[in-house]
Amino acid sequence: MSVVTNTTTIGAIEAPSRRNTELLLLAFAVVIPIFAYANVGLSIHGELPPGTLLYGLGFAVLAGIGHLVVRRYAKYADPLLLPIATLLNGLGVVLIWRLDQSERLQNLAKRSFGTFSESAPRQMMYTGLALALFAVVLLVLKDHRVLQRFTYISMAGALVLLILPVIPGLGADVFGAKIWISVGGFSIQPGEFAKIVIAIFFAGYLMVKRDALALASRRFMGLYLPRGRDLGPILMIWAMSLLVLVFENDLGTSLLFFGMFVIMLYVATERTSWIVIGLLMSVGGATVVGATASHVKARVTAWLDPFACYSTSGACEQVGQSIMSFGSGGVLGTGWGQGNSDLIGFAANSDFIFSTVGEELGLTGVMAFLLLYGLIIERGVRTALAARDPFGKLFAIGLSGAFALQIFVVAGGVMGLIPLTGMTMPFLASGGSSVLANWVLIAILIRISDTARRPAPAPAPSPDSEMTQVVRPS
Amino acid sequence: MNKPLRRISLFCGLLVLALLIRTNWLQYVQAEELSTRKENRRVQIAQYGTERGNIIVQGGQPVTGSAVTAGSDYKFKRTYVDGPLWAPVTGYASQAFGSTQLESLEDGILTGNDDRLFFDRTIGMFTGEKKRGGNVITTLNPAAQKAAFDQLGTKKGAVAAIDPRTGAILALVSTPSYDPSTFAGNSKADEKAWVELKDSEDKKLVNRALRETYPPGSTFKVVTAAAALENGVVSDINAPTDTPEPYILPGTKTPMVNHAAGCEKASLNDALKVSCNSVFANLGDKVGRDKMVETAQKFGFNNDKIDTPVRAFASVYDKTMGRDGNAQSSIGQFNTAATPLQMAMVTAAIANDGKLMKPYMVDQLTAPGLDTIEKHEPSEMSKPLSAANAQKVQQMMVNVVEKGTGTKAQISGVKVGGKTGTAQHGEKNAKRPYAWFISYAELPDGSSPVAVAVVIEDSAADREDISGGGLAAPVAKAVMEAVLKNKG
Repeated sequence: MSVVTNTTTIGAIEAPSRRNTELLLLAFAVVIPIFAYANVGLSIHGELPPGTLLYGLGFAVLAGIGHLVVRRYAKYADPLLLPIATLLNGLGVVLIWRLDQSERLQNLAKRSFGTFSESAPRQMMYTGLALALFAVVLLVLKDHRVLQRFTYISMAGALVLLILPVIPGLGADVFGAKIWISVGGFSIQPGEFAKIVIAIFFAGYLMVKRDALALASRRFMGLYLPRGRDLGPILMIWAMSLLVLVFENDLGTSLLFFGMFVIMLYVATERTSWIVIGLLMSVGGATVVGATASHVKARVTAWLDPFACYSTSGACEQVGQSIMSFGSGGVLGTGWGQGNSDLIGFAANSDFIFSTVGEELGLTGVMAFLLLYGLIIERGVRTALAARDPFGKLFAIGLSGAFALQIFVVAGGVMGLIPLTGMTMPFLASGGSSVLANWVLIAILIRISDTARRPAPAPAPSPDSEMTQVVRPS
Repeated sequence: MNKPLRRISLFCGLLVLALLIRTNWLQYVQAEELSTRKENRRVQIAQYGTERGNIIVQGGQPVTGSAVTAGSDYKFKRTYVDGPLWAPVTGYASQAFGSTQLESLEDGILTGNDDRLFFDRTIGMFTGEKKRGGNVITTLNPAAQKAAFDQLGTKKGAVAAIDPRTGAILALVSTPSYDPSTFAGNSKADEKAWVELKDSEDKKLVNRALRETYPPGSTFKVVTAAAALENGVVSDINAPTDTPEPYILPGTKTPMVNHAAGCEKASLNDALKVSCNSVFANLGDKVGRDKMVETAQKFGFNNDKIDTPVRAFASVYDKTMGRDGNAQSSIGQFNTAATPLQMAMVTAAIANDGKLMKPYMVDQLTAPGLDTIEKHEPSEMSKPLSAANAQKVQQMMVNVVEKGTGTKAQISGVKVGGKTGTAQHGEKNAKRPYAWFISYAELPDGSSPVAVAVVIEDSAADREDISGGGLAAPVAKAVMEAVLKNKG
């Protein structure tokens, strides 16, 4: 059968389920955040934080439920995804709780809004919801290929999700970026969910159109130029991401969508020319928007010199603060709860949460976090390689590519490597939408990897082999 | 589709690698620069994040403290006990306006960040003790400091007192002074106090005892006397000198004015007693510029590295002037300028039989638990004159106090030596002169526990009244008495 040749990376036949490995790793993923929580409490208040045992137990139960669902409904899934996501999520809550304890941020919130409310309990609640959603996805989605049927519905859904924040009355403009909607007191960031929905559309669409896009082309100067009508989709996506950028001031989402599309297009067609065209288009778009949109221009200026406008306008203060935060952390960091990353201000627990890692856990901690993210991406790409159907391959690479881009764009932004885009670090940043969406992303990757690693059904017994048997039970 | 997939995975790997390289760049290569940037408030937050150690004076009494400030980035605020009295010693440490003098120089010890406290910090980490700063134990004598400060009162001036045997600084006063407590925080009130001080006409922030130089006037004559004795120009202090009356400055037609009578051919002893300008100008000329410079430098002039550890401004004896300049400089005029500390050093060297001890005011640095980290060992700085010559100068200075211009410094039952000075300054000497007095007290065993220099730049007194003997000598007397009383 072709099963063996199709799964060169992960042996499909007789693959061990690895569920016990997952359980062991999960135990670490639960214990480490509990220690971190105790550590923060001890360093800030000099005593064990309230309910260390209770929260720890709750967290362990949540992770345990996740594990049981995977064990029951996705037996052959990749064993690393769930523990890493759990670890990151747990440490994220601790980071948020740590920033909740900051007097400086409490005073800032009281001055600006009149009240201060802690973010950690909310994040804990969202984590619970997210794990429930995770279980639901695994329960309901028995086979990821079902999603192919929703190709065009997904497109519509993604468009709606992207447009929602611009609708007056529904969208909420928070610090310049229109990426939130508020419904009944809750704010939702539709872009986070759109990331997954649009990946379904791209995967379904490209799976059908890949041959036309790959083969019907003319060769020009060593590049395969696509036909005009085949260029349509990429032009549309390009225009859409520019619109998102212009109308919602959301550099990150626009970059993410376009990047994801180009990656999936390249994988589907195996044509390097698409990458070249994609890069040229994004450079063109970035130049035009960068020169016209003041929002983007300010971020580019702040990126070029994070300290230039520091004392005059303060427009670059966040980036400058963040970079100093990383620098002050040094190699080993100041230790949980002992840094001053809260100097960054409002966005300290969302967009800039990685700066707290940088300051309090130091170079060592940042590298550990980046490697954890790297592992998630690697497991995602491996899942794509192992997947047997083109839709699964495209879907998995789309999701992991988007994840990789998001990590790069956020971490690169707060570290001053690239201009700031205003996205959130998956699993770490405070915010319900982000946690929910990323857990769904993990659930889908687990589902695809389960399908990919599931052993092929045993071949039907052949009558010939029956004949050759010598020893018969008597 | 696997070939492009592998390429994409490589691309994702590169993204993560770029982040890893960037974080190494930020947190390893640039860490030092970023963590000490001026925009980085963490530096001040750390400085005022722990209870600051204290500056302690003789008798173990702290002159500083720390108070908790609520609702501020900076947890602790510096407080001062008798701020104006001790400001010339402590300097200030302000959350908003930086720090100076001991507060700045010993910041590492006071904040507890000094490498020498590493062991204490490590132990504290395990015992769970909060980080605290170490202490700076000074040599200052509270009674002497208070006496000097009270005596100066509202007058503008400075006092420096040294223990001649060790070089320990006993008093360091500068008036009018300021209270560093008033701007130690970073509130609006602190800012107002700071701006007022900074712009004050009285230059309250200047430490006149260390950082202001004045023409030393007649007090400089003891240096000239020492130079004359050391270089063999005079060997018998009671033998008449060949000074004519009037004495014409060499190379000019300008006569040297004497305020005292009987200066013609006066002996060195008599000339110092009544403060004859002509005799000392004549002697200075005879010693010659280079030898005068040599002696002055042995006393500490022209040295811009006198660190106590707070660095004193360099006192000046001109190295390139002509003969007439040298003659005028020999009576402490012309380009000659000295800090009060410098004149106290001159007095101390003479009182200590010619040996000049290096002046210092930090006796010990201690860990928060009062374990000594560093202790100052008195060291000899130079030997400007021989013991025999020093005793001759002492004899003359005692004469000044007993029978001459310095009678107001007499203390009953104690042998006191001194010299007055009234220094002209300003265009054509139009400004009110400075009143100087330098003196030392001697114990029955012949050693001296205290040498004082007082300068008063008083504009309130009548011009005629301004004289070292009248204004400055009582201040010196009070300081000497305070020190002697402490000795029992």
